[in-house]
Amino acid sequence: MTENNQSSTAASRISTYMLTIVLIILALSIVALLFAVSAFIVGDQVVAGYLLIIGFITMGLSAYLLLQSRKRVANLKIEAPKIMTTIECVKCGFKSIREFQRGDYVYKELDKCQKCDDKMTITAIYKEVKEKEKTYNV
Amino acid sequence: MAFVPSGDIISQIIYAASILLFVVFMLYGQRIQMYVMIREVEASLYKLKFIKEEGRKITIETIKEIGKPQTDPTPRVDRYLEYFTISPQSMDPAGIVYKLDHILDVRDTRLKDEVKIMAPASDEVQVNNLENTLEAAMALNFIYKVVRHYYIQGKKTLSLYVIMQLQMILPLVMKEAEAYASALKAFAYGQPIGDGAGPLVAAKLMHGYETRKLPKDCVVATVPIEGRTAFIIKAEGPGGNVGKPGDAVQAVIEENEGKIANVIMIDAGLKLEGEEVGEVAEGIGAAIGGPGVDQFKIEEALVKYHIPINAVIIKEDIGDAVSPMRKEISDSVDKVIERVKNVILERTKEGDKIIIVGVGNTIGIGQ
Ligand SMILES: [Zn+2]
Repeated sequence: MTENNQSSTAASRISTYMLTIVLIILALSIVALLFAVSAFIVGDQVVAGYLLIIGFITMGLSAYLLLQSRKRVANLKIEAPKIMTTIECVKCGFKSIREFQRGDYVYKELDKCQKCDDKMTITAIYKEVKEKEKTYNV
Repeated sequence: MAFVPSGDIISQIIYAASILLFVVFMLYGQRIQMYVMIREVEASLYKLKFIKEEGRKITIETIKEIGKPQTDPTPRVDRYLEYFTISPQSMDPAGIVYKLDHILDVRDTRLKDEVKIMAPASDEVQVNNLENTLEAAMALNFIYKVVRHYYIQGKKTLSLYVIMQLQMILPLVMKEAEAYASALKAFAYGQPIGDGAGPLVAAKLMHGYETRKLPKDCVVATVPIEGRTAFIIKAEGPGGNVGKPGDAVQAVIEENEGKIANVIMIDAGLKLEGEEVGEVAEGIGAAIGGPGVDQFKIEEALVKYHIPINAVIIKEDIGDAVSPMRKEISDSVDKVIERVKNVILERTKEGDKIIIVGVGNTIGIGQ
């Protein structure tokens, strides 16, 4: 349990570290933009242009960093796929599909069929893959 | 902007900065590249640690839920995760297969005993499932530790080549770790995995016929197929178990005094990138993975009686093999049976005896 706490504080430390950097860069970009505006008012258009470019680049950089750290957090999840169980009646062919329950296994006999009195059997347990795999046309 | 700026202070500053940047990249480019790599490895290492911790947590929760232990199983699980196996000395390789077989037997017994102590309320099926769950957790723990070792070594030595090697194989390592993580979940719940394609086919062929046990966790059923007598072998389900098909095949061949016309092995095979999942392919040879002990035993028995061997494999990648079975694989069972029947019709005569082995982990698959 102690190790768990350690890891969670480490993760949050990383994110605050990232956040500080992002905030500093963001502040700098805003300062640059303000300078640009003041330079424009004074009439120094070349300087204003440079400051404008610097301001936008740094703003873009901070947005990129923020997105990057967001992505990293989103990556840290083990997705649990949906597992389906197919139940069939051998006698009348009645078939139903439901979600997997602990204790299910292929060729396990279950309760009586809804239509006839024969026992139903699990005939398949599988995972549905959501997204189609990318093909490369080769 | 002119190449050599004049007058304007801003453009002079920018010019100086760009030259400075050029020099910095020239002198420290490699070092910067190294820091980028280290960060990349670090991010993956965090992810590995997360996966490993998650696996450990699921394992402990499952043990508590199924095994109903009197005491907290956590310290025992942590000790279990550090178990190692020393493979036999191969300087003089004669007889090494039986040494390895013995070591693996001892390991299996030891781990099962350990699980029984951890989870006293679990039955035979659940003990097998828990053992598999723990082994997946063990693999994750090991991967994490090895990556961490090279990461720290790279940071200590600041050697580009140590870090580069790690960074190069990292995508494959991560893929494997994710596969183990989903395997762990499947084992904890007792869901069939992709590797169970072989046993699934065997189960479909033998379902409804009487089965009897064979040495080391296998079952056999005698089934008439196309006028031939087929002995169908698979590991005993539905607990997580690969059995010892080597011993089982040997036993059936000896029972019939070598009068077997053909052996057909069905297994999940590694697909190459670009091939479809669930594709069925046919070939020659003992289709069985693992440490090689079972393949050796089967080949020995076949050579002794000059029995031909055919193989049918179901293509899937390493991730599919250890994560819950995909629909494509489950659906390919009928195709496989069709191919097996083809082989039987073409390669054997009516009245012959044949052996059909479904190789793989039979978790979540009964018979
Ligand atoms: Zn019915």
